Amino acid sequence: MNFIYERLLGGKNGMIGIAILAALIFVILPVGLDLFRLNLVGKYLTYAFAAVSLVLLWGYGGILSLGQGIFFGLGGYCMAMFLKLEASSPENTAIQSTPGIPDFMDWNQLTELPMFWQPFTSFSFTLLAVLVIPTIFAFIIGFSMFKRRVGGVYFAIITQIIALILTVLIVGQQGYTGGINGITDLRTLNGWDIRSDSAKYILYFINAILLFGVIFLSRYILTSKFGRLLLAMRDKEDRVRFSGYDVSNFKIFIFCISAMISAIGGAMFTLQVGFMSPSFVGIVPSIEMVIFAAVGGRMSLIGVVYGTLAVNFGKTIFSETYPEIWLFLMGGLFISVVMFFPNGLAGIWEKHGSKVTGCFKSNKCISSLKRFLKSKSRSEPEVVSEAAGRE
Amino acid sequence: MSDYTTQELISIFAMQGFAGFSLFSVLLLMALGLAIIFGQMGVINMAHGEFMAVGAYTTYLLSAMSEQYFPAFVQYYFIFAIILSFIIAGLLGYLAEFALIRHLYKRPLDTLLATWGLSLIMQQIFRSVFGAREVSPTLPEWLLGSYQPTETIDIPLNGIFVLGLTAFVTLGVFILMYRSTWGLRVRATTQNRVMSGAVGINTKKIDRLTFALGCGIAGIAGAAFTTIASTGPTTGSLYIVDTFMVVVFGGAASLFGTIASAFSIAQAQSILEFFISGSMAKVITLLTIVVFLMMRPEGLFSIKVRK
Repeated sequence: MNFIYERLLGGKNGMIGIAILAALIFVILPVGLDLFRLNLVGKYLTYAFAAVSLVLLWGYGGILSLGQGIFFGLGGYCMAMFLKLEASSPENTAIQSTPGIPDFMDWNQLTELPMFWQPFTSFSFTLLAVLVIPTIFAFIIGFSMFKRRVGGVYFAIITQIIALILTVLIVGQQGYTGGINGITDLRTLNGWDIRSDSAKYILYFINAILLFGVIFLSRYILTSKFGRLLLAMRDKEDRVRFSGYDVSNFKIFIFCISAMISAIGGAMFTLQVGFMSPSFVGIVPSIEMVIFAAVGGRMSLIGVVYGTLAVNFGKTIFSETYPEIWLFLMGGLFISVVMFFPNGLAGIWEKHGSKVTGCFKSNKCISSLKRFLKSKSRSEPEVVSEAAGRE
Repeated sequence: MSDYTTQELISIFAMQGFAGFSLFSVLLLMALGLAIIFGQMGVINMAHGEFMAVGAYTTYLLSAMSEQYFPAFVQYYFIFAIILSFIIAGLLGYLAEFALIRHLYKRPLDTLLATWGLSLIMQQIFRSVFGAREVSPTLPEWLLGSYQPTETIDIPLNGIFVLGLTAFVTLGVFILMYRSTWGLRVRATTQNRVMSGAVGINTKKIDRLTFALGCGIAGIAGAAFTTIASTGPTTGSLYIVDTFMVVVFGGAASLFGTIASAFSIAQAQSILEFFISGSMAKVITLLTIVVFLMMRPEGLFSIKVRK
């Protein structure tokens, strides 16, 4: 019991944080939002997987990957391939010149299912593939880079280039991957219609439970001895190496774990949104995932979930109404987070949050609020009357 | 490949090779600036492509203005456009270093994010000012037309001009970096910042001027770019990844390495492009380089330094 309390929940403060987030995701949002908006939140929460993976990799490991979209995309594509095969059964695709293969293959004059698609007819293989394929891919990248002590900016650039290669490859090989449109028109999962309202609710909750599972797993890793080493490597890599640790193995491990976490997010994305396309793989989505983590606080597993939600809500609201302003805001967000709030929302909370909670406990906050409002009252008299009414 | 005669194949290689030279010129000009900045400060400037776009838009503006007000000037404006692009992009770079980059030297990874933010803002400014449509300046007559050494080979004049410009700028950078006192100071700062400071070099000033110089060269790249393609708000971001490749592949802080890698990347891409689809040519080129870098992370040429 003590292990769960101290390490996974993070003591008293950590538990309050998790409880608030759980209440928000499991109760407040599902009750307060209609299904369309909730589905949107579900989509945002899949990005939070990538943001959590970046806390491990970037916040604690000091390794900036500009290619988390690779793994998010690989996970998503594995799931999409399974769903697509199920959706293109011979009965559904009877009008095609070759029934039984996905529609985009038929349009591209393919007459049989390519080799690498065939295993994806099995659901258990697909689940395994979602976890294993991105991990193996990450292992290959990580092994070849970290063993040669490539890190820092070089690593960031090379992961970015790999993300670009993957996008160009997916777009170029239309017959095998669905091209720029991606894999669309996904309907059922083992006969269960994923587009129905009840399925959307269920998928939202599965996604949320998985997200909490991933957060607990990350907590477990970070509070173990390995987590300490990770921090030590970030701050003084040479000293860790001179103490006799093989730094590269630790880096490869954390890179693989973060790839796997992102891939789970990708698979849940496909299930909830109903399609997968190269626009969630490339350079821009990958770097956006970094900004989700940066805004939430690169050292906080809980903070990044809020960061992801906040940035995505902002994006949805602004890009619907003022698309011109959104890019300015996004750019400004990148710059200001890096320059003024390197620890993101979580950092602001840690700095000022204790004052809020502290004054709630000692009932000082009412008097300090009064003082604060008085100092403002000269310029804005209405605020005072409003606050007085609230008291 | 068997459909072509030997004569045609030679012509194809010559022409695609020359198309490669145009790409090579732009990549090299971009990479020179980026390599100087990266080698000097260990900072990757993600907004470098946007500084190129600044140069391209400057050229476009000057062209539009001279067409409107001084029609006689249209034949000559391009020379001034190159100089003006250099100055404007350089000034903007100087400002960016002063306002943003210099606060982040100790955190190179954060610089990536901050300059990415800068690039988003600059892209949106381009879009708001010039519109989302691609624009291109009216080229002076002496840049149009082509040179035909044989009947099947057709080499555009603007390509030759851009190549000459690139050679000129590269030579200029070489002289500045390896034959001037200022270059000596830059190289000293690159090799050992603390010692350079101790012998009286103002390293902060060197940083700022180096950054401005790098951005200015990107501006020239932009001016050169307008002769071979049209400019849109996202033009810069299309070339930035290729430019990173050039810098990383060539080995940081090696002028010769940068030239060699820009040459091989551009040539590989444009010759392959003729035989297989453009996207696969890009994939093969990039993949080859990534594999190469995995085996030899320091790039083609590198200065041996103690770490």
